[in-house]
Amino acid sequence: MSQFLQQVINGLSLGSIYALIALGYTMVYGILKLINFAHSEVFMVGAYTGFYTAGALGIEGMEQRGAAFPLYLALVVLMVAMGASALLGVLIERLAYRPVRSAPRLTPLITAIGVSLLLQNLGMLVFTPNPRRYPPIIKEVRFELGGVIVTNVKLTIFVVTLALMLGLWYLVQRTWTGRAMRAVSVNLDAAKLMGIDTGRTISATFAIGSALAAAGGILFGLDQITINPLMGTLTGLKAFVAAVLGGIGNIPGAVVGGLLIGLAEQLVAGYVSPDYRDAITFVILIVILILRPEGILGVVRQEKV
Amino acid sequence: MADAPVLEVTDARVSYGGIAAVKGVSLSVNAGEIVTLIGANGAGKTSTLKSIVGLVPLKTGSVKIFGQDIKGKQTHEIVAGGVALVPEGRAIFGNLTVRENLQLGGFLRRDPAHQKRALERCVQLFPRLGERLSQEGGTLSGGEQQMLAIARAIMAEPKLLLLDEPSLGLAPKIVQEVFAAIAEIAASGITILLVEQNTRLALKTANRAYVLVTGEIVLSGDCQALQRDPRIRAAYLGEDVHA
Repeated sequence: MSQFLQQVINGLSLGSIYALIALGYTMVYGILKLINFAHSEVFMVGAYTGFYTAGALGIEGMEQRGAAFPLYLALVVLMVAMGASALLGVLIERLAYRPVRSAPRLTPLITAIGVSLLLQNLGMLVFTPNPRRYPPIIKEVRFELGGVIVTNVKLTIFVVTLALMLGLWYLVQRTWTGRAMRAVSVNLDAAKLMGIDTGRTISATFAIGSALAAAGGILFGLDQITINPLMGTLTGLKAFVAAVLGGIGNIPGAVVGGLLIGLAEQLVAGYVSPDYRDAITFVILIVILILRPEGILGVVRQEKV
Repeated sequence: MADAPVLEVTDARVSYGGIAAVKGVSLSVNAGEIVTLIGANGAGKTSTLKSIVGLVPLKTGSVKIFGQDIKGKQTHEIVAGGVALVPEGRAIFGNLTVRENLQLGGFLRRDPAHQKRALERCVQLFPRLGERLSQEGGTLSGGEQQMLAIARAIMAEPKLLLLDEPSLGLAPKIVQEVFAAIAEIAASGITILLVEQNTRLALKTANRAYVLVTGEIVLSGDCQALQRDPRIRAAYLGEDVHA
């Protein structure tokens, strides 16, 4: 039982990270019907921005002195990384996707793959291909609860993810930016007729999704200890599957999908074999595409005429 | 420019991939008027309206709203100049509530006091919407969706309202209700350009009319005169005229 609970906790924390990344895929898809493959690299850049920011704030010296990195500085690291990735996301949309907005749908898709490859290689050039140990922005403390080992890092992952999701919910449901985003995702021309500057709304969507991915990147670094410039490929792909599983374009669906993929991965690693932990995601993808292609929370909408 | 027409379209041409849909349309709408643009399916009515709000580009010609050329402006900027379009097929935000649809109609007038006042006015105009404020827009009947689309368009208190086939697909009783509301909106001082296939209704509602045939204006004038015109009676009112 305690082993099962252990896997569930590990699965949910990994799943939280997938969920944070999946939100960016699903929000952009909802608005532009575009699969933003470069999103996985925005996640990677977020992790590296956190890495360098923590370095600039002197985390190494503190570690050597045995001092813990202060919480407020950890928040600064998070904010800087989220801001940098938001900017990157907006730039990608402006420079790469906007010029091909009215082209056939395959064109932006291929553009997205191109941007993704470009950023991976730039990452290897700038950050070097060597894996880096992630600085202990949160110093790990382990404690045992009824035979289950919990760390403050895992708790941080849950708290940060929950806080960001509540923030996102508020933004989407209760603010004018959120209303504009939902209007654009239903009908672009009708949104323009309301006086909505759809270009700005699309930029806002990229900014928000990218900031969430950056948070996911930092949490991923804390959880998995090392990062490298290609970290986005597999993790991003799994998060994308999570978005499809939940129903692409559907915000709660991305969260549900992320948590389920994380759980499935840990349970398979724990009870079947760690060799299959990556494979299970794609088994799920195949099954969902056969049985319920609209995803768990996705709906097939029929327009009234 | 106090005497400039609210809307002035001069020699507008619109084409889609080399196929001309609007071939040199000129029309004007003066303050306080209801002007109707009538014509058969595919005559270019919707394309004309879309070009006025910048949803399709003009190939040549110009559109002036309150004397200002819309050239180079994006749709949201044109709308901010006091224009609203109720599009063909209504384009309700189906998974947003009726209230949210209305709020978005007033996206350019976001202060809570205005929102509250404008929403009350919409509910007064269409009491049925008042009963359905927290329902999703997509669950409304066709007639209610049309009412919502019109109400949403007047949330920002436009000076010029463009209506694209508001009677399309509605039961006769609902059509009456919708047109009564349009008359009330016009009476409140909003200038209206009405596109309709229902010629009889359009000529009854409007002051002046333009008749569009395959992208060109072939006839225009006072609605009362046009109702008596044998060409109109034969072609659009389904009457057997022996001229």
